[in-house]
Amino acid sequence: MHGTAIELKGIEKSFGSVRANRNINLAVQKGTIHGIIGENGAGKSTLMSILYGFYQADSGEILVDGKPVTIRDTNAAIGHGIGMVHQHFMLVENFTVLENIMLGAEDSQILNTSISKARAELKRLEREYALEVNPDALIEDLPVGLQQRVEILKSLYRKADILILDEPTGVLTPPEADHLFRILGRLRDEGKTVILITHKLREIMAITDNVSVMRRGEMVATRKTSETSVEELAELMVGRRVLLRVDKTPAVPGAVKMTVANLTVRDSRGVTMVDNVSLTLRAGEIVGIAGVAGNGQSELLEAMSGIRKAASGTVSLNGSTVDVTGVADPAELRKRGLAHVPEDRHHVGLVLKFEESENFILGYHRDQRYLNGPFLNVDAIRKDAADKISQYDIRPADTRLKTANFSGGNQQKIVLAREMERNPDVLIIGQPTRGVDVGAIEFIHRRIVEMRDAGKAVLLVSVELDEIRALSDRILVMFAGRVVGERSSDATEQELGLLMAGVEADQSPKERTAP
Amino acid sequence: MDLYHTLIVLLESTIRVSVPLILAALAGLFTERAGVFDIGLEGKMLGAAFAAGAVAGVTQSAFLGLGAGVLVSIALSLVHGYASITQRGNQIVSGVAINFVVAGATVILGEAWFRQGGRTPALSETGRFQVINLPFADAVREVPILGPIYSNILSGQFALTYLAFAMVPFSWWVLYRTRFGLRLRAVGENPAAVDTAGISVIWLRYRAVICCGILCGLAGAYLSLAMTAGFVKGMTAGKGYIALAALIFAKWRPVPVMFACLLFGFLDAFAIRMQGTPLPVIGQVPVQLMQALPYILTVILLAGFIGKATPPKAGGIPYVKER
Repeated sequence: MHGTAIELKGIEKSFGSVRANRNINLAVQKGTIHGIIGENGAGKSTLMSILYGFYQADSGEILVDGKPVTIRDTNAAIGHGIGMVHQHFMLVENFTVLENIMLGAEDSQILNTSISKARAELKRLEREYALEVNPDALIEDLPVGLQQRVEILKSLYRKADILILDEPTGVLTPPEADHLFRILGRLRDEGKTVILITHKLREIMAITDNVSVMRRGEMVATRKTSETSVEELAELMVGRRVLLRVDKTPAVPGAVKMTVANLTVRDSRGVTMVDNVSLTLRAGEIVGIAGVAGNGQSELLEAMSGIRKAASGTVSLNGSTVDVTGVADPAELRKRGLAHVPEDRHHVGLVLKFEESENFILGYHRDQRYLNGPFLNVDAIRKDAADKISQYDIRPADTRLKTANFSGGNQQKIVLAREMERNPDVLIIGQPTRGVDVGAIEFIHRRIVEMRDAGKAVLLVSVELDEIRALSDRILVMFAGRVVGERSSDATEQELGLLMAGVEADQSPKERTAP
Repeated sequence: MDLYHTLIVLLESTIRVSVPLILAALAGLFTERAGVFDIGLEGKMLGAAFAAGAVAGVTQSAFLGLGAGVLVSIALSLVHGYASITQRGNQIVSGVAINFVVAGATVILGEAWFRQGGRTPALSETGRFQVINLPFADAVREVPILGPIYSNILSGQFALTYLAFAMVPFSWWVLYRTRFGLRLRAVGENPAAVDTAGISVIWLRYRAVICCGILCGLAGAYLSLAMTAGFVKGMTAGKGYIALAALIFAKWRPVPVMFACLLFGFLDAFAIRMQGTPLPVIGQVPVQLMQALPYILTVILLAGFIGKATPPKAGGIPYVKER
């Protein structure tokens, strides 16, 4: 089994101003399991969507079996023997397994003949790859592990030689994941090529032959799995960029402003996203939460700011309890001295179609100084906006410009100005510099430190490890919904990287795992 | 025997009023199973009835009228398709708009062209559909019990009536036994699954919408060319909505759709029959109450007796390719 199954040369893809894939080169050997690892948003899924014909690359070349091909749509990808198991299954829930497998690959207008052929073929595939599943079961009655198996069978039924799995273990329990790995091993032994996309290092080490690392849209390295280590991959993944320097004096922590005890948050499917997390925020201190994206940080922020209901746990703010499992809502928390700069400014932080001045009062629009009886006092609102614009150097300085027309950095400054100028006791900030240009990063960092020096308690969540290290006075590391370690701000990148990857379980005295 | 005779007459008119309901409900079945909600059945039926009446009135050919009705209905379906599939607009708004536009346009055009108060010209023998008498219908009429069933119910119906009932098993077969049907049902449940399987979601939904247009066209033509002789303004009188109710009542399945339509048809026929007839115990019942009866029962049935009706999961949601 030699040669390359897939080769990508110079793939470029941009969505608007975001360069999701930059000059990607990748060669996947036939009959191997090739891992692609990287943080969420590193561009893995975009790359695979290009390969599966969901998107067209802006430029670059795709070679299948050494021959250049154009993959204009999904059909073309299937025609070239590429199959994909999506992160969210592409199954019709009230159809049977057999119907799902046939869909799009029926061989005649009338189903009867297709059904018997599909049934026979399915039997054969089941035997060959040990993938038992009842062909007449309804998808909605099957556990997710089996649903995923149906997705794999769907690809095999379409004679896929190259199978792409996008974060396949995200929905699986550990035993189901182990079973999946055995299946993938079997597929490789039968000569199939498997591309496994994941952000979990454990999976890469457990099952792949080769591994490529993506970071910020770029392919930064490819290694033989046997010749690399978790440490090296973690470092490649997180990246070692120019050290950000923020001038700040040692913290002088004061009174406790906010405590979180045994907080547990579940998502709509009942999966535990935040698992028994406890933390304390003091005045005059920046607490950073490091972690690979998707390890519960977002849910923690949302629960603490009242956007999402927690399953259990207690939170107190300024000494009085907050009912995070019940009626806590953002407006009430705001009144009690909590300000929140959400991670996703486009969807949560701003209304992009509003004028800039309107976004400055979002959530504070009942404040008497913006009102004139029951009406908005437009003059006061504009005056207030103009003040913030000059204070935060927001450009262009136009209070009536639609917020969508500002650059990412200036949009972020709008949110920061709105929240910081309320003079809160506790400031929760998620991804303060995501998609923000370098000049604005420095400004934002300085403002955050100023908030601390003014005696505010700051909780900072960022997937940028450099940012966490530069700003935080204490660093908590989250992995799989739990706080797996606490370090001081002088912890090394390697040390944090290992904690973030969930590979180190040492019990150093400073560590404070959740009870 | 008198009661039996009444029953036969009742069933006869049940079938007559059920036909447009069945055709329209099956029309809705095709689009809604494909994920395009269609509240515009009423408008399409009305448009088709007008076109059929107008063309048949001018040419005195029922078949040309039928063709015109179907074409107009398909055209209106494509408008709905363009708004809701291509432009990803709100399907309810688009459907309602079609209902309003057609309700107004048929009256204006009818008055402009024929000057008969919104009616189309009266139809001659060739301009409208004639009933088909099955062999020996007259000969067996006197046979007790079975005779009237054969002569009055099975025989003596319009070709469109037989077609409507034939469409029920045919629609079932298309939906459940053909590739087109499998894909159509899939696109109404999870269009992303269809898309990733390499099938065009848009083209599939357009085909479903065209199927709907054809069936609505037949329903409309039946109204103006078979049930009556010519178009009268507003002649659909809410049948499109009743068909929609039947579709929900039948949980989007072809055979139950037929029975639901027959039930609504029966209520309608019963109400007409019972007008002015004093009921035992209660005595004389106001005409208006009798007329309202089918609608009242519709509400009760939909509210309380169908249990959980799960619409196609992707219904009403335009498909946007996501990353």
